[in-house]
Parts: sequence; structure tokens; C-alpha cells
Amino acid sequence: MNDMTPTREQREARLEGMGCKRKRVEDVRFTQGKGQYVDDVKLPGMLHGDFVRSPHPHARIVSINTEKALQVPGVLAVLTAETLKTVNLAWMPTLAGDVQMVLADGKVLFQNQEVAFVVATDRYAADDGINAVEVEYEPLPALVDPFTSMNDDAPVLREDLAGKTEGAHGPRRHHNHIFEWTVGDRDLTDAAFRKADVTIKEMISYHRTHPSPLETCQCVCSFDKIRGELTIYGTFQAPHVIRTVVALIAKIPEHKIHVIAPDIGGGFGNKVGAYPGYICAAVASIVTGKPVKWVEDRIENLTATSFARDYHMTTEIAATNDGKVTGLRVHVLADHGAFDACADPSKWPAGFFNIVTGSYDFPVAHLSVDGVYTNKAPGGVAYRCSFRVTEAAYCIERGMDILAQKLGMDPAELRLKNFVKAEQFPYNSALGWEYDSGDYHTAMRQMMEKVDYAGLRREQAEKREAFKRGETREVMGIGISFFTEIVGAGPSKNCDILGIAMFDSCEIRLHPTGAGIARVGSKSQGQGHETTWAQIIATEIGIPSDDIMIEEGNTDTAPYGLGTYGSRSTPVAGAAIAMAARKIRAKAQMIAAYKLEVHEDDLEWDIDGFRVKGLPEKYLGMKDICWIAYNSPPPGMEPGLEAVSYYDPPNMTYPFGAYLCVMDIDVDTGVYKVKRFYALDDCGTRINPMIIDGQVHGGLTEAFAIAMGQEIHYDENGNVTTGSLMDFFMPTAVETPVWETDFTVTPSPHHPIGAKGVGESPNVGGVPAFSNAVNDAFSFLGTTHIQMPHDYWRNWKVAKELGVVG
Amino acid sequence: MIPGPFTYHRPGSVADALKLLAELGDEARPLAGGHSLIPMMKLRLASPEHLIDLHGITALKGVVREGDRVVVRAMTTQHELLGSDVIASILPILKETSLLIADPQIRYCGTLGGNVANGDPGNDMPALMQLLNADFLIEGPDGQRTVAARDFYQGAYFTALEPGEILTAISIPGPASGHGYAYEKLKRKVGDYATAAAGVVMTMEGGIVTSCSIGLTNLADTPLWAQEAGEAVVGTSLDDAALKRAADAAIAIMSPAADGRGPVEYRKHVGGIMVQRALKRAAARAA
Repeated sequence: MNDMTPTREQREARLEGMGCKRKRVEDVRFTQGKGQYVDDVKLPGMLHGDFVRSPHPHARIVSINTEKALQVPGVLAVLTAETLKTVNLAWMPTLAGDVQMVLADGKVLFQNQEVAFVVATDRYAADDGINAVEVEYEPLPALVDPFTSMNDDAPVLREDLAGKTEGAHGPRRHHNHIFEWTVGDRDLTDAAFRKADVTIKEMISYHRTHPSPLETCQCVCSFDKIRGELTIYGTFQAPHVIRTVVALIAKIPEHKIHVIAPDIGGGFGNKVGAYPGYICAAVASIVTGKPVKWVEDRIENLTATSFARDYHMTTEIAATNDGKVTGLRVHVLADHGAFDACADPSKWPAGFFNIVTGSYDFPVAHLSVDGVYTNKAPGGVAYRCSFRVTEAAYCIERGMDILAQKLGMDPAELRLKNFVKAEQFPYNSALGWEYDSGDYHTAMRQMMEKVDYAGLRREQAEKREAFKRGETREVMGIGISFFTEIVGAGPSKNCDILGIAMFDSCEIRLHPTGAGIARVGSKSQGQGHETTWAQIIATEIGIPSDDIMIEEGNTDTAPYGLGTYGSRSTPVAGAAIAMAARKIRAKAQMIAAYKLEVHEDDLEWDIDGFRVKGLPEKYLGMKDICWIAYNSPPPGMEPGLEAVSYYDPPNMTYPFGAYLCVMDIDVDTGVYKVKRFYALDDCGTRINPMIIDGQVHGGLTEAFAIAMGQEIHYDENGNVTTGSLMDFFMPTAVETPVWETDFTVTPSPHHPIGAKGVGESPNVGGVPAFSNAVNDAFSFLGTTHIQMPHDYWRNWKVAKELGVVG
Repeated sequence: MIPGPFTYHRPGSVADALKLLAELGDEARPLAGGHSLIPMMKLRLASPEHLIDLHGITALKGVVREGDRVVVRAMTTQHELLGSDVIASILPILKETSLLIADPQIRYCGTLGGNVANGDPGNDMPALMQLLNADFLIEGPDGQRTVAARDFYQGAYFTALEPGEILTAISIPGPASGHGYAYEKLKRKVGDYATAAAGVVMTMEGGIVTSCSIGLTNLADTPLWAQEAGEAVVGTSLDDAALKRAADAAIAIMSPAADGRGPVEYRKHVGGIMVQRALKRAAARAA
């Protein structure tokens, strides 16, 4: 070799493949204001639609008069439920097997519910029109507290369900009952509790909150009457599912529906579901023959589309005196609002909440979930988590801390004592999951060492003494969270959405000069797929990631995929990408064998091409193979170099992590200071460490927001009081703590590249770490469990009730 | 979040602005930085038919010394206050407070005149103007008049400003040299209004407080000048008992609303804490 021959390291570096901190290619346009979002779509003759919304949380609609609105200059049409009934679209199916009003039909069931849709030549005229629509309401009593929803005298919310004792997920016990979902062995669990030395029981609430992405939900619908084709630009996390749903409910053939999800400004679950705005814009376009744009404003987004959480989890753990857990029993009261519009796989009315045994080896467990209706907005989306997994992680991680307190054990020691051991994987949990891999003890011990856990506990003990002596007004809390996620929905044996199996897909097409394009069924909303997907391909087939263009979001060109949410992209689409790349490499190997005049088995893969075993100078690079594939393929071989893969994963993946939060709370004001936050994530094989860090930073920031004050709050009359960013806590860089990140690597044994997904781990693991820190700060003064959110005034209230402030 | 229709005017002088206000009557509103008015228009809680933008009036800009007073013309932005040497040397509490108002983007637009004229109880400057005993200079169809900041506020968004008038300048007496000052603001995040805030200007001699004025923000539907609280510490060395007397006197005049920042009891309690902390920090700065 002469000096000009690149070294192996140089060849590898040139690829910018897996493991490389490759800079995000999409940021070139995002940082220069050149992204193309839905609101940037401007079609000739485009109209604008906006909603008349209900001021009442529960009311009968006496009349809707649109006459004056239709006289407002620029207003062309006003849709009501009556209009929609003519096309059988006044109601729409939800992902959870319920139905939802598109526009209020007879009554309204939550404040800001969609009542009428005004279509006008511009957004201002549409809003002028809204103010001119006259709606007469007859207010009804509002049901706000889910704990009273199944009282005998509770108001009837869903008159459309009168007499229906069977819902989508089994029997309904009450007019406001949606479903009961049970998992596990009740008798064995009850027996474990009867025999237990120690038990704890606590009602742990995870309050209602909202994903609140920077860009709200929006769409442009354009119906071409001549061709009979409907084009929808929209903020869709799952564009193909939207296409299929539209085909099913609008009776337009699926090939005549074009769904395009352009750049998306954050989703976090908010953009999975189908909303009335989409239906109304589509109908308005069909009615007017013109494109119609609908863009939610911030208030509408916070109050009407897709809340998250609102789980009230009565949690019981049985254990021996020396701290070995022997049983878990959880009952969840799930507040679903006015319609069950949960965005879960269809057969999972409480998502994967049965991951609630967490990282611990519970011999038996039982779970039951009751879903109920209230006069609140529908939703129940997975806000930066897999389906109901953050609720489950919060439940068990608080529960373990409460148990540790009762036993007088250190919470880290209790966890170490009960972890599923590395040699137990694959591990079958008491509630039915097969955990693919894990090494919890290593991760936990690494965390304890890095943060000097023993030292932190000493510091805390000293501070508590100082507090008791009156030398400080601050209490110090140390919050541990050790979470197990379940992501990558999902195997067709477990999961579907409206009957659509939850596979994902990739098509790779290499061009003659050694560059190419990959189209994927996932849809980035900021996750950086254009960067990381190319890195997988680069490593698999030796083409530099800079030479691979990634395209997503256009259902006409992308292969069918189930989209991006629930940390499913890397576990499912990432696997499809690797498998498609391997098909390419297999064909490339045949070409190389022919050209190098050896048998395929005599070749070995070497970073960016094939080499003859034992004859290192005989080498053919992928770039050359691309040219040959088109222009001089072996006799009998089809020209070209393309591959398609659809991947149905054999199992979920189970990322995990060890988090720790150190917090000081000023008892006089309730003001907290996060002194330290350490996050160790094990997401298996790491594709781009920089993007992983970014994901962890973002997820922790959302976890911080949720735990420390971010809520969708209703007053006792059903009025939502957190409808703007003045009141809904969205931390800025100033409030956000500094994050320390760390990792271990336990590859998934069943995933082609061993990757598990990471985007949502920090939210799942972060919330319990913050909440445990607050609880730990006050526990020495006599608290057992303090409900979230832990904002300043609530912290002060705790201190006040403990008698430590005047 | 979409305002109703309005006509936009941009006069070049105070006289032209007043003329427009007189002609257009109740349906016209002057526009300064816009941070109170524009959000209300977007929510259609305010729907003026005419906006009279004061940004074209150069005579409404600037900070000048007039004897022992500082005159800040109404359209001076918070960002400009931060850059003013006169403010930094004579009224450093204005600088400290400006830095606690929202974020740089808002401070580039938000003006002192708009902040004090709107009667928004969440704004920080009105309490400061009360504790400093500033005068508001007002021009209207009948000429000029002056209203003391302590007499200006009547309720949330209700002030002594009459229809057709514009608040053109704020005249602030310079506190004694060597005075101590502090503005303590508890807020949930950058950009939020105060959960409770207290401003203090005081003088000390030989460790004893010789004068003290205290203002309170967002603890009632108007700013509050806590006269008794200030007097409670005069003649003391700011011992714990004096601090408590001041906090109690301040709490006695607070009547905050319960909202997402906390219940009434909490907001009054932390209002008292802000008073005590501001007093201690001001004392530490007093020469």
C-alpha cells in the first residue's frame, strides 16, 4: 500500500456510519428558516377554515344560526353536524374503538369542543365569521372528577351509547364506563398479599397534561373533482394510517388519496390521532371545490386535541421483611374525557400499562384498569412515551420508594435486591411480556458510582440535621428512577391499529454512481431520521451516509409504514432499513464474486466493499459495484440495485435506564433547585450518540416540565384553566436543569442491529426521578406520597401542612 | 388568536396622535410596545377599530435628567432603560427590574410608558413608580396635567387616564445617593408575571434605617405602595422583628387572586417573603 491508500479508520470515518456523531443534515434547512411545514403550503385559491367552539363543558345545543356568519365578507360556508350528516361524517371512529363527534351533534361534552366550521377566503374572515355564528346552549351539569363518574347520580354524558352494555373492550358497568381491562392472576396475587410480611397501598395520580409541540396540528385538504382525488398535507406522525382511515370513512379509493406529511415541528404523540379539523377541511374542500387549510392555534391545541396521562393508580406492593417483593396489585381509574380517543394499538385499551412490574422480579401481579368518561377533551395519547408506559413507570417507581420508606431500606438497595437479573433474560413478566434483554445491576451500580450515591446520602443526612437545627430553610431530596421501557410496537402477534399490523418498511434504490435514496415508512418530527437512517445504511452497505438521501412522509412514494411514535422507529423501521440494506449487499456480493472471479463464499465484507479472503489486494468497492450493477451485471442477473423490506418485529424492545435527581426545596416559598440530574440510558446499539444525547436532553426537559408543574387543569365547573402558555408550564432554557448523560450498551438480541429506541426513555424515566426527589426531600418530615405536579405553591403547601412554615 | 379588523395609524407627533384620538373617539387605542393590548386583541377581548401607533413620535423617546429628577419619555423601551447610564447611576432599581421583565425580545419592544399606562396588575413598573413616588405626565385635548403614580391606578386596567389622553413621560425623583434598593420577584418561569414581587428603596445611617419605601406587584388588582410596611422598619436595624412587622403590614394590604401561580394564602405568604428578602438585600446595598 502506498501513502495515498486510506487506512481502515479513514475509510470507516468517511462513511459516517453507526456510532458516529454525525451532524444532523436536516438542521441545514431548519436553522436557516428553510423548513417546509404545513402552514408553508399555499395552494391557488386556498380557503381557510376555523372552528366555533363551545364555551360550555356540558350543554345541550338548542340551535345554531349561521345566517349572520354567511353575510360576513369572505365567509363562504359554515359546516355543522347537520351538514356533515349528509355525507355521514358527523361522527368519526376513534383509534380506540369508540366514536367521536366531528362537530357537536345535539350536545357538547367538553369546553372548546368543535361546534361549527367556518370556511372563508382568509383566516381573518374565518374568525370574523366565527364571532357571527349564533349558538344557543342549555347548560348541563359538568362531570369533572373521574372518581364520581360512576356514581349512580352521575350525569349521563354519552347519550349515543344509551343501552349499550358492551363496548369495544368488553362489558360496560355504568353509563359513564368505557371498559375494564384486566391482566394477571388475581387469586395468586391476592394470596401473595395475604401472606406478605409488609404491604403498601397508595393512590398515585399522574395528572392530565399535554404534548404541546411547537407546531400545532394542521392540514391542507384539496379535492380534485375531475380526477376524484384527495390530497392532504398534514402534521401526521403516521401518514399511511391517515390515508387508510380516510379511505375507509370517506369511501374514496385508497390510490386516489395522497397524504403528504412535510416537515413537522414536533409531535410527541399529539399528531398520531385523527381530529375533527382534518375531516372538516376535507369535507369543506369537497363542498367548495377549493383547497382548505386548517391551522390550530395554541389555545385550541392545548384544550382540544389529545391530552396525555390522567391516570389514577391505586398501587399495592407485597414484600417480605427483608425487602423482597412478592406481589403487585394495581387498579387504575383512567379519565378518558368525553370520547375514548386513546392512540393505542387497537386491542390495548390501556396501552402497554402491563409493563407496570417494571424492572423487578415480581412473582405474581394483577392489574385492572377502568376507563371512564368525563366532560373533558378526548385524547389519551402517548406523550413522548410508549403507550401508557410513562404512567406505568411512574406507578412502580413511586411504589418502590414508598415500600423502601416503609421497610426503612435505602431505595437503591431495595431496587438492587429486586431487579430481574441479567441471567434471567429473556424474562417473562408476571403481566405477560417477554423482556428481550437487560443488565440492570450493572447500570444501577454505574450510576451509583458516578454520582457518589453514598456521598449524596451523607450530604442529605447532614442537611436534614441542619434543617432540624434551624440553620437552613432548604430540604434536600435524592430521587432515583430505574425504568424499563417497552417500545417498538409492534409484533403483529401483539399489535394492530384498526386491523393494520404494525410493521414498518424501507425501500433503498442505489444509483449507478454509488449514491442513492432510501424511502422509509416512518416519519420524523424532529428525531433526525434523515441523519440516522443514512448511518445505518452506510454501515450496512459501505456507501457514505452523505450519499444517501432519506425521504419520508409522502404516501405516494414511501412504502407503507405505521409511522413514528412510541419509540418505534428504530426498533421497527430501523430494522427494515438494515434488512433492505442487507438484501442490497447480498446482490452486491454476487456481482463482486463474478467480477473478482471467485465463489461468493470466498469473499468477506470489508467496510465499503468485498475482499477475497486471503488475497487482500483483490477488492471491489460498493461504488464500483453500483456502476456494474446497472451497466454490466453478471449474465442472467437483472440490472439495477434496489431492495424493499417490510419488517414485522418478533418482539418489542426493552430499553432501560438509571436516573438520579438531586433537588433542594426552599420550604418558605416552595421554590426548588435541581442541583444535579444524571441519566444513564441503555438503548442497545447506539446509532448516533449526539442525537441520543439530544433526545435525552429533550425528553428530560419534558419530564421536568410534567413533574414540576405542567398540567391541563379543569376547575370544578369544567372550565380549562391552562389554555395558554402563560398558564401551561413550558420551561425555557433558563428553568431547564443541566443534564449529565451516560450509557451502557446491552444490544437487543432480536433486532438486526441490536438497537432498542431511546426518544421516550428520558420522559418515562425522568418523571419518577423528579417526583421521587420531591418526595424524598419531605419524607423525613413524615410524608409518604405527594402528588404531582410539584410546582412551587404545592411544595409550600406540603411544608405548611407539615408545620415547618409559619 | 386572530384579531378583528382595525385601521392602523402612525402619527409623527403627540399633537397628531391627540388629534386622531379626539377624532376617532372610544374606538381608538394608542399602541406602545403592544404586550398588553395585542394579546387582548388576539383573544378579541379588546377590539379597537383604530390603533394609533406611537412609535413614529421621536419626542416620546429618551431618558433625561431634569434637576434631581429623571424623566423617562413614554416610548423608551426596557432594553433602552438597561442601556441608560442615567438609569444605572441614579435609578439602578429600574435596571434590576427591567432585567426581570420577560426576555430580551420582549424588552426590545416593551416600553415604560406602556407598562405603566395600561393598568395591567401583572406589570412590574407600576409598583416601582409608586414606591419611587413618580409623576405621570399626561397630555390630552385640554393640555397637560400630572398625576402621581400613587393616585393613578383604580383597578385592573382602570386608571386615571381619560379618553383622548396619552401618557407621555414619567418623572421620577432621584433617590438619595447611597440608597439601597432591591426588586424581588418570584415567578414560575421567564416571561411569567410575578407570583409575588416587592421593590424596596431605603436609606440607612449607622446601621439604622432612615427611610424606606416599598412597592408590591401582582398582589392586588392594582400595584400597591406599602406605606405602613416601609414605615415599620424606619428607625430599626432591620432585625427579625422589624422584618416581620414590615411583612405583616404588607400582607395586610394584599388581595391577590387565586390562579395557577397559587392560592391566595400562598401568594400573600410569598409576598411577605419577597418583602423581607428585598429589605435585606436593599439594606446590604445601602451605603
